[in-house]
Amino acid sequence: MTQIKTSRRRIPSLAEWTKFAILILFALVILVPIYLAVIGGFKTIGQLNADPVGFPKPFMAENYANIFLKSRFFAYFLNSSIIMVATVAVDVTVSAMAGFALSRFTVKTKNVIYQYFLLGLLFPMTLAILPLYIQLRAVGLLDTFIGVILPQTAFLLPFHIMIFRGFIKEIPTELEDAVKIDGCGKMGFFAHVVVPLSRPAIATVSVLAMVASWNNFFLPLIVLDDKDKFTLPMGSMDFVGQYLADWNVILAFFVVSMIPAIAFYLYAQRHIVSGLAAGAVKG
Amino acid sequence: MDGKVSAIVGNNGSPGKKVQAKSHDKALFYALLLPAFLLVTLFIIWPVVNTVFYSFYDWNGFGPLKNFVGLKNLRTLFRDPLFWNALRNNGIVILFSVCVQLPIAFLLALLVSKSSSRPTIFFRTVFFLPYILSEIITGVIWRFIYHPQFGLLQQIFAKFAPDYSYTGFLADPKTVFVSILFVIFWKYFGFHMILYVAGLQGIPPEYHEAALIDGANPVQAFIYVTLPFMKNAIQMSLFFCIIGSLQVFDVIWSMGQGGPVHAAETAVVYLYKFGIKSSKMGFGSMVAIVIFVICLLFNVLYQRVINREEK
Repeated sequence: MTQIKTSRRRIPSLAEWTKFAILILFALVILVPIYLAVIGGFKTIGQLNADPVGFPKPFMAENYANIFLKSRFFAYFLNSSIIMVATVAVDVTVSAMAGFALSRFTVKTKNVIYQYFLLGLLFPMTLAILPLYIQLRAVGLLDTFIGVILPQTAFLLPFHIMIFRGFIKEIPTELEDAVKIDGCGKMGFFAHVVVPLSRPAIATVSVLAMVASWNNFFLPLIVLDDKDKFTLPMGSMDFVGQYLADWNVILAFFVVSMIPAIAFYLYAQRHIVSGLAAGAVKG
Repeated sequence: MDGKVSAIVGNNGSPGKKVQAKSHDKALFYALLLPAFLLVTLFIIWPVVNTVFYSFYDWNGFGPLKNFVGLKNLRTLFRDPLFWNALRNNGIVILFSVCVQLPIAFLLALLVSKSSSRPTIFFRTVFFLPYILSEIITGVIWRFIYHPQFGLLQQIFAKFAPDYSYTGFLADPKTVFVSILFVIFWKYFGFHMILYVAGLQGIPPEYHEAALIDGANPVQAFIYVTLPFMKNAIQMSLFFCIIGSLQVFDVIWSMGQGGPVHAAETAVVYLYKFGIKSSKMGFGSMVAIVIFVICLLFNVLYQRVINREEK
């Protein structure tokens, strides 16, 4: 007992102290701005002016309350949520299917098709945005959610197919043979083995898609025009325009709007490393 | 039905039946790929092909395409000093990212990859956090930090250098770009760090130990064991870093739209300002094509370097 205690309480070496100091320093660089934004939202503009760094006294919950009572926050939130759920559903289904096809079939054209998808990684959305706008206008998808969902999903697919392909490739062939003997075809193998085993890849792709959709600004900015259809990032920019000098109100609005993204992330973060490891890094 | 076919093949696999199963497999293969193929083709490849087409026209985006101007858009673009200024800024972002951001991300990955103790996971989670915040939120948080009246920097200067009158780094053309580079670092280094962590965790620990037992010092073990295993992760991170640097837009837009006086404009900001916002669709398309060609050249060059290293 005592022995274990002493070994646990040994004094950390200089190297360990340095390492710890470096980590703390970087963590502070990340957390201090976020912390200041959060407490800034609890201040009056006078407090913010006099002492932006100190603790708010008294706490002003009013800025936060007003967001829910007076702004269109809920409408923006709902729009962003609808677009996000649809994007994740389409993206995960389509990229898992394609990743499965590209890793588990022996068809000659397989590599050419994979290269074709990878080509998509080289095109930023900005490159396609002008013709995309004209295309969407021609088929009447401007100012609709579908006009945001489908193109943004398309731009996520290349990287996400890559993750699924890498991940599914690692599933041992013995499992596939075993399922075959049990009388299942390729689709049975996909449904009963690949999908359950791919949970880390599904989690990684879902989080990446959620974050990308939730944060997308450029595409909705160009597709959506009606204020009732605005997403949160667009609404936020609109809000900044309205409350130009009221930094306390602006900070409160932004703090509330970043909560959902942080919540998804904390929920799924333990899968992100393993998903990326198997998918992207092993190729 | 499909279950039966593959069961037969699995049991006795006679050649005739195998061919039947194969054509069935082929149909399934294409059916699985069809949705992805349609989405990528309709919303990425087809618009990009159209961009090439539009770039030879003088067009405001409405009405028929009829004013063919050949390479005039390209000539106008190359004669515009603002475009070269924007490209130079992209070059600075790339240099900064490759020489500062990635090495620091790698160092931090080394510090947080090994154990799965609580503090390690805490630091990993914190470092990746800015990546999931939107560029718009990031921009506003940092506009607040740099704010001449309410910002943290103003407080720091007031305390430690009271003689310096701080007027806001984002309002001064001399400091705005460096200030944004710092924000780019803040936002994206965690993504690269996670790629490196994923790579480091794939290295079997025995290899490292074996090298140390064989008398290698830690630096040698790092160069001869760790780095070769990290090739894939480094390649991925370099690829995303360079392509991302060439395409950077939202962060800059949300921190002052590339101003003051064009000091922080990059190629995509230029495209948005002088193509889309000015309703010059033909000219904007040409800007987009030039950006793409640069991305492609980078990619080809980089594949070359990698292939040479392999030899």
